[in-house]
Amino acid sequence: MAIVVKRPKLKWWEHLYLPAIVGGMRVTLGHLIKTLSGKKKVTMQYPEEKWDENLPEHYRGAPALVTDEQDRERCVACQLCEFICPPRAITIKPEEIPSDDKWAKVEKRPKAFDIDMIRCIYCGLCEEVCPEQAIFLRKDYAITGTSREEMVHDKERLYEIGGKRVGLVNKWNGLK
Amino acid sequence: MNSLTDITPFLAADILHVSIAATVKIVAFVFMTILPMVALSVWAERRVSAAIQDRVGPNRVGPFGLLQPVADGIKFLLKEDFTPNHVRKGYYWLAPALTMVPALLTCAVLPFGSKLFGEKMVIADLNVGPLFVFAIASLTVYGIVLAGWSSNSKYPFLGGVRATSQMISYEICLGLSIIPVIMIYGELNLGSIVQYQAENGWAILPLWGEGLSVKGFLLWIPIIISFIIFTTSMFAETNRLPFDLPECETELVAGYHTEYSSMKFALFFLGEYAAMIIGSGLAVTLFLGGWSLPFGWLTPESAAADVPWWHGVIHILTFFAKVIGFILFFIVIRWTLPRFRYDQLMRLGWVFFFEIALINVILTAVILWIA
Amino acid sequence: MSEEKSDLIDVQIDGEWHKFPKGTRMIEACKEAGVEVPHYCYHPKLTSPGNCRMCLVEMGMPPRPRPGDDPAEPDEDGHLPIGWMPRPVIACANTIAPNMGIRTTGPLTEECRRGVMEFLLANHPLDCPICDQAGECSLQEFSVEHGKGESRFREQKVKKPKNVDIGPRIRLDDERCIMCSRCIRFTDEIADDPVLGFTDRGSHTTLAVHPGHELANNYSLNTVDICPVGALTSNDFRFQMRVWFMKEVNTIDPNCGTGCNIVVHSRQDEIYRITPRENNDVNSAWIPDSHRLNYHWINSELRLTDPLIKDGKSHRQTSWEDAIELSASKLSGLKGSEIAIVASARMTNEELFMVRRLATHLDAGYVDIVPRMEKSDGYLISADRNPNTTGAKLILGLEDPGSKLGKIKDAIIKDEVKALLVLQENLIDDADFAAEDFSSLEFLLTSYPMANPTAEAADVVLPGACWAEKSGTMLNVTGRLQRLNQAIDGPGQTMQSWEIIRDLIQNTGGGNGIYSTQDLFNLLTSEIPDFVGVTWDQIGDLGMQLVDTGETIPLLEKERQRIAKGLIVG
Repeated sequence: MAIVVKRPKLKWWEHLYLPAIVGGMRVTLGHLIKTLSGKKKVTMQYPEEKWDENLPEHYRGAPALVTDEQDRERCVACQLCEFICPPRAITIKPEEIPSDDKWAKVEKRPKAFDIDMIRCIYCGLCEEVCPEQAIFLRKDYAITGTSREEMVHDKERLYEIGGKRVGLVNKWNGLK
Repeated sequence: MNSLTDITPFLAADILHVSIAATVKIVAFVFMTILPMVALSVWAERRVSAAIQDRVGPNRVGPFGLLQPVADGIKFLLKEDFTPNHVRKGYYWLAPALTMVPALLTCAVLPFGSKLFGEKMVIADLNVGPLFVFAIASLTVYGIVLAGWSSNSKYPFLGGVRATSQMISYEICLGLSIIPVIMIYGELNLGSIVQYQAENGWAILPLWGEGLSVKGFLLWIPIIISFIIFTTSMFAETNRLPFDLPECETELVAGYHTEYSSMKFALFFLGEYAAMIIGSGLAVTLFLGGWSLPFGWLTPESAAADVPWWHGVIHILTFFAKVIGFILFFIVIRWTLPRFRYDQLMRLGWVFFFEIALINVILTAVILWIA
Repeated sequence: MSEEKSDLIDVQIDGEWHKFPKGTRMIEACKEAGVEVPHYCYHPKLTSPGNCRMCLVEMGMPPRPRPGDDPAEPDEDGHLPIGWMPRPVIACANTIAPNMGIRTTGPLTEECRRGVMEFLLANHPLDCPICDQAGECSLQEFSVEHGKGESRFREQKVKKPKNVDIGPRIRLDDERCIMCSRCIRFTDEIADDPVLGFTDRGSHTTLAVHPGHELANNYSLNTVDICPVGALTSNDFRFQMRVWFMKEVNTIDPNCGTGCNIVVHSRQDEIYRITPRENNDVNSAWIPDSHRLNYHWINSELRLTDPLIKDGKSHRQTSWEDAIELSASKLSGLKGSEIAIVASARMTNEELFMVRRLATHLDAGYVDIVPRMEKSDGYLISADRNPNTTGAKLILGLEDPGSKLGKIKDAIIKDEVKALLVLQENLIDDADFAAEDFSSLEFLLTSYPMANPTAEAADVVLPGACWAEKSGTMLNVTGRLQRLNQAIDGPGQTMQSWEIIRDLIQNTGGGNGIYSTQDLFNLLTSEIPDFVGVTWDQIGDLGMQLVDTGETIPLLEKERQRIAKGLIVG
């Protein structure tokens, strides 16, 4: 059932609206004066002032692939991130690792790994879903390009952004 | 103008002289002052609203972002001028011009200064100033209605309909609200009205000259009422918040100019700000003493008397200072008040302002008769 | 109650009483009652060794009264109270008995399942991210439903061979194997090629192929389907696509007259694999590898994607309108007896029906199809390698398919036939025609999915949709009417044959109001005597027997024998 809210009973001077207008203008003019006199902190001047040093650890910037201590690409192309990605920004083509490769026992790796940064919404679900700790959202946020193709990060670019990451679980490097 | 009635041998030279003076005034006042002011008031709107909301506003282009309007103008010119397929082409093209032109036409009768080098600082010194202003300003509504109707689309249509009824309603209040003032001045020439105020105190500040009498004090009451009704109706006439129902973006996308883009949209945009400036100018002229300084300082002896050129310059600056102050008032009001509901708007116009303005006329007449 | 048939017996499952025929396995009874009993080794088409222990359930019977005691009183429905056994039994290898009670929930069964899952997972590698089975893996599913969620196993996992090449199409990962032995039983019982077996004992038990042999028979990929985990993977599908991305469409296999029921798995109009679909009247639960893998040409470079018109020596691309208009203008100048049509038994009934209309409309002198008779393999592959010969015979009224091809050839050479329409066929490769046979023709039209020599000689080449890109019905060798469903959209401007023929008829002056295969099916079932009264829903996913041709499917006959012997459930 709808809730009935009683209208407040207004005094005659309140009916004139003028006190309310004056009250409202006191608020807006107060802000105006405070801002103009520099008492209030306002927006950051972006390209000159940056906040990069203060970005929190959990900042969600561009997603990137990482390698481990032995420079093995951690991604095994399980495609879970492609599955979970809400805007479907990720496209992966898996391939079998050739038997003469140093890491042949891992069997599978991405042949192509593309993230369309026009589509990416930086939600971080790919990082969360990754069973291999291979994809992380880094602090890069100024992703620009002059064409759609340029905005698609391929595998090479993703490893370039991601770099090497140490101290993660290493299930392939031990006895396996 | 007087010289036109003089003897014939000087006629040709006089016509030449009058037309040169008029041209200079038009160029200097309309094209070099009002139009830049329109652009600058857009800038001011953005900066002031930013400051009110604890932001910075446009501050990149030029010093303090003052060249932002230029950048905006270039952008508007470079944008695709898109005409949708479903519109009535002729009216669709006519509408933006019809909103911009009347706003600028009304500049003609506004006295923006006393005299400079013996020349009256008004483009056309008409004896029916306020009537001319209302006659021309009421044409603005055609622009908006045509825009809404010719767009052949529901939101513009609704916006156009709203604009029509709103502007017609408030024109009545606007007209009635200045009758008491005109009754007091006994004059329809805007220049003479200003001269009167310079000598006898501004309409809402009757603190010198005859304004200090009992009659002046009594008349102060209807003038204040007039001023409030006039200002509020002005907001409604210029479609400014809290009365911007014809284009309220939360309900009608962008109202009557939804289907417009590029420079045609810019014309609507600028027309609105031009109307705001002219409205401010009219309010200043009628109620705030026009170009005159308070307490009769530097007041010319009569409308016909010569003034030194530096007095004239000060008067012009005074006029524009007052207008700018009024525009800032417009802007602050916009960022303070929420939008009215449509029925509230109509109620306010027809049930309150109309009646109050009528009674105000009678009240003024009674006071004038008694005193 | 008194009318109940004597071979139906009462069984209580999770507190509810049901009736089942005598001899039903407990697991099948539970399935019919709507209760899923988790299992790995059990497969209705294979014998039940009962070695995975996953299907343990609680069982009870009415207790036998002790000497001197009165028998227990039945309740108002006539059921005796159940005395529950203290130990669980496997549901897969035990049959039901009168008044038996089965509990598939409760602390005992749940503890059993948890224990079995823990043992199975003790040595199972955690490589789901790279395992192709992930997403359709029973081990994953049951460990979520019945497992513990964490491992107590602190020792080293047993190491076994990985990535073993055991046959041309199959890869084995022994660490993932849970020793259910389904593959061993399949190769032994169904494929008659017993090459798989276990070596070593205990937790070192390893699946291996017999030394000197390999798993190479034409049904080997079925072991990949029945493997509940990722131990056996298909080389063809390996690492191609995760299963959860793929769209599954139920359709039928067009490679032979059997019409095996299949599921086509595709993503973004690309087929990634084909798996069998159980249909006990057609293909049981299997399909031959040769048919399963015969799909790569669908996405190949050699597909025809645009209508082509011969311009002097070479072909040029054109629009459908131009191609059809040109064909119509060529055909309308000819007498009916100067036109021959060669259709295909790879077409659906609906398309053949359109061929029939076209033939009537043009009054064509000859209509025939290209026969494809080879040898049956004694399992599922029929001797007739056309999927719809039965339909073609019924609809086109052919007594002996292919018998008129020779006459058509002679008539062309004698210049009696001036126009030849080859629909969905390639006469040079698949029939006894040569390119120079066509030289005296005034007009040759072909429609075919792939580039081919007949198309090379044709005046108009139309890109036809292939079997995965169209829907309709087909009649298999036994006379069973089955649905062919569209799995993907064809590349480029390909059109289905019925649309092509419809446009041809319309452009030669014969109007018709056919806009969908549904319209076409309705016309077919009202005009062709054998089809009258059949509705689309009636055919269903499993098809319906329409006519009886007397043909049988050898694999089904063998299966019936095994069911009769009580070896399998079937």
